[in-house]
Amino acid sequence: MTTHHEHPWSRRLFLQQGVTLASLAATTPLFIEQSARGVMLPVGSMVSSQAGVPEDRVLVVVQLGGGNDGLNTVVPYGSADYYRLRPQLGIAAPGRSNGALSIDGADGIGLNPAMSGFKELMDEGVAGIIQGVGYPNPNRSHFSSMDIWHSADPEGKNNGWIGRYFDNTCGGTPNPEAGVAIGRQAPLAMQGATQLPVSFERAELFRWMGTDMDPNLERPYDEIARTAHADEVEEARSQSAFLKRTTLDARVSSDKVRRAVAKAPLITYPNTNLAGQLRMVGAMIRAELPTRVYYVTLGGFDTHANQAGQHARLLEQVGNALNAFYRDLKAQGNTSRVLTMVFSEFGRRVAQNGSGGTDHGTAAPMYVIGDMVRPGLLGTHPSLTRLDGGDLIHNTDFRTVYASVIEDWMGADAGSVLGGRWKTDSILRTS
Amino acid sequence: MATTSLKKINQRSFDYWKAQHLLNRAGFGGQPTQVLALRNMGPEDAVDHLLNFERTGEDPIRADRFDSTIMRPRTEEERNEFQRARRTGDEAVLERYRQQRQQRQRADRRQLTEIQDWWLQRMIETPTPMLEKLVLFWHGHFATAYRPVEDSYHMFLQNQLFRSHAAGNFKNDLVRGIIRDPAMIKYLNNNQNNRRSPNENLARELMELFTLGEGRGYTERDIKEGARALTGYTYQDDVFRFNGRNHDDDDKTIFGRSGNWDGDDFVELIFSRPDSARFITEKLYRYFVNDAPGSFTKAQDTVIRKLTQTLVRSGWELRPMLRQLLLSEHFYDSENIGACIKSPTQLIVQAIRSLRTPARDLRTLNTACGYMGQSLMNPPSVKGWEGGRKWINTSTLFIRQNISLYLLTGRDERTNPWDAGSTDYSARHLVQHLEGISGRDTVRDGVVYLLRFAHSVPPDEGRVQQWVDYVNQRGGQLDEPTLINLLALITAAPEYQLC
Repeated sequence: MTTHHEHPWSRRLFLQQGVTLASLAATTPLFIEQSARGVMLPVGSMVSSQAGVPEDRVLVVVQLGGGNDGLNTVVPYGSADYYRLRPQLGIAAPGRSNGALSIDGADGIGLNPAMSGFKELMDEGVAGIIQGVGYPNPNRSHFSSMDIWHSADPEGKNNGWIGRYFDNTCGGTPNPEAGVAIGRQAPLAMQGATQLPVSFERAELFRWMGTDMDPNLERPYDEIARTAHADEVEEARSQSAFLKRTTLDARVSSDKVRRAVAKAPLITYPNTNLAGQLRMVGAMIRAELPTRVYYVTLGGFDTHANQAGQHARLLEQVGNALNAFYRDLKAQGNTSRVLTMVFSEFGRRVAQNGSGGTDHGTAAPMYVIGDMVRPGLLGTHPSLTRLDGGDLIHNTDFRTVYASVIEDWMGADAGSVLGGRWKTDSILRTS
Repeated sequence: MATTSLKKINQRSFDYWKAQHLLNRAGFGGQPTQVLALRNMGPEDAVDHLLNFERTGEDPIRADRFDSTIMRPRTEEERNEFQRARRTGDEAVLERYRQQRQQRQRADRRQLTEIQDWWLQRMIETPTPMLEKLVLFWHGHFATAYRPVEDSYHMFLQNQLFRSHAAGNFKNDLVRGIIRDPAMIKYLNNNQNNRRSPNENLARELMELFTLGEGRGYTERDIKEGARALTGYTYQDDVFRFNGRNHDDDDKTIFGRSGNWDGDDFVELIFSRPDSARFITEKLYRYFVNDAPGSFTKAQDTVIRKLTQTLVRSGWELRPMLRQLLLSEHFYDSENIGACIKSPTQLIVQAIRSLRTPARDLRTLNTACGYMGQSLMNPPSVKGWEGGRKWINTSTLFIRQNISLYLLTGRDERTNPWDAGSTDYSARHLVQHLEGISGRDTVRDGVVYLLRFAHSVPPDEGRVQQWVDYVNQRGGQLDEPTLINLLALITAAPEYQLC
């Protein structure tokens, strides 16, 4: 790589200058040029829009795509109906061969034995399960139900709930790294009216590849970004000014992200898809990127046939990846500022089908991890006797969980993001 | 301030760069020789050449181009067998049907990718680019996504509808056509709209997104009553069917007017609203002229008003209005040159058509389109693509830069390593006309021309100097490898995203 002595704003320099400058630079890239010449703000000068809520709180969303079978994840082994409706698929009670893992203080409800990684976090009091989460008039199409969860809109027509949160809090100045999604396509949840997330599948692809063709292109390529100086007044109407600013943002984000992710983690992550994604998130948190929300996705939960083995492998992957992620944050000293929330677009039908699997259903649990969460089982398990056409009836609307995350964790007004009043009990510890 | 004049641009003002602007907007750009040919026609002939695409005679599309039977409904016999199996719990039969359905869905998803590739290839190769540009517009306007439709052949038929009436009559061909279109009927659930339990989805979007615009002169009551007018509008196999048994035959009151309205009456009532031409004209204006965000300026407002008058006066024929627009002094005002952000499709098709790069692999291009936010036949919602700045963020910008590199070099990180020999693309033709002119600075002229040609806007001096220096450092020759490197940089510059 070439050096950039002649450009005082070069990435090398602002990375040396650390967190504050990098964060500010990301909010107002124009600031880079001026600030790096000497205007330095003291570390910790970032202020929150709301008193008492530090700006450095992070939310990590984990999406389990395809409809995770809630009843075989959080197992109601105390229910006779469960075994009647799932004669082959039902997970045995704790103590039996391949039986459920018992949860402290929970009667008749345990965890799938493949979830030992998650169970460990529960035992440490840093993980909670919110039971029976769903919404009225459940939609059983993957696509539609996912849209409903992403938009927090029963019609699934709105933009993303996290995107709207950014729209409301960023005051019209898009922060290019406020939201980072691992994956090629940006999830709807992260797309607001003005705010769009950074998304990439592999950090090393989040860059221009012309230098692979000819390394000597690096210097003239850098000059493209350097001359991308534009003023904000102009940007309101000038497409060109807007594009120049985004080009500079991209250059800056690319360097920051790739540099962060290239660092070896403090702990060893399992070699799985989800763990790989969370490893990247852990690295970016450690590098103090100004990112408030990260989004990762694991698919494959659409277990219509021969579910048992496949589901166990998926849950093992989830439990161990979440466990490793927590260990990493612990080693970094970041467990108290990162809240992880896990969801799926729906659960599955209570009765197993004829192919050793389960079909699309309704309510299912959500999972939250972090030092700040209320640990253990939250809410009540949905009834297995009182069903709606063979499906569970939800007893917690997912929007109440979002509301708690938005208000209690991110310190924003849930009403303006979600529309209406959803806030009920906090999913966080009250202390 | 931009001129608000819709007077025809005169022959003398219609220079090479104005001709290029026309070809960029009313098509997907073109090579220097094509731009020159258009300039030599003069503005009127050039616009007519692009807009009267029927005369150019595009390849006809064979109706059996794609398989219409993949997602055919079950026969009566099959339905009976399936019902019987459900009653008796015959798992073997049910399992066979489940598998059959999965196989058909897989085959249909495969066919959708073939249709996407076919369409993209048409845009790349067509002799009638304005037709394709309009088809893409209507797809975004009457946005329908394959996922809930789950019938690729219906998506193809809808594309044919747009193709048949691309510059036709907005009210009679397109809007009346879309409420009869199987894909749209399925997408907005009008097949479930019956007199006993009306479904408002199509009625709402018909006014909110297709004609009047959100909140512009209709009420929730009009939606409810309009939905009743649309009851029974459904489809059977691949064609529209009016199901009289499901149609509500009582009086409905829409916009305060009562009668036993059906879907066509509902359309007529919508188009009799004051200012009902405004919304579609605004959208066409943003698509063809200027997509800067925010509300329209006074000047733009004036222009749009004049255009709506043309549309209404012609009885909702689109061609007169488009012709007036593309010929107008306003269209060629410097404020409107380079004032649009290329859609992902425009980015790819224009690169191939103007730089004459190989088209490479269509599947790769379509996939990249999706990553850049414009998966053809899969718009994110019924609102379609917002376009403009919504296309751009830090992630899509890198994909835009890298897909341009891929077109120039054919190398992609996954399939073809970067160290494999030289590219199969020659860029010489872009600057050939500058050669042999004595007394000129070949490098500077070449750089200036390439920048202007690729960026749609006059280059700024700083950018020119950067790259003149770069070429000189490489030996001061615009040889083939230097041209490729230069184009790699030009396509990575922010200005390249403009059109």
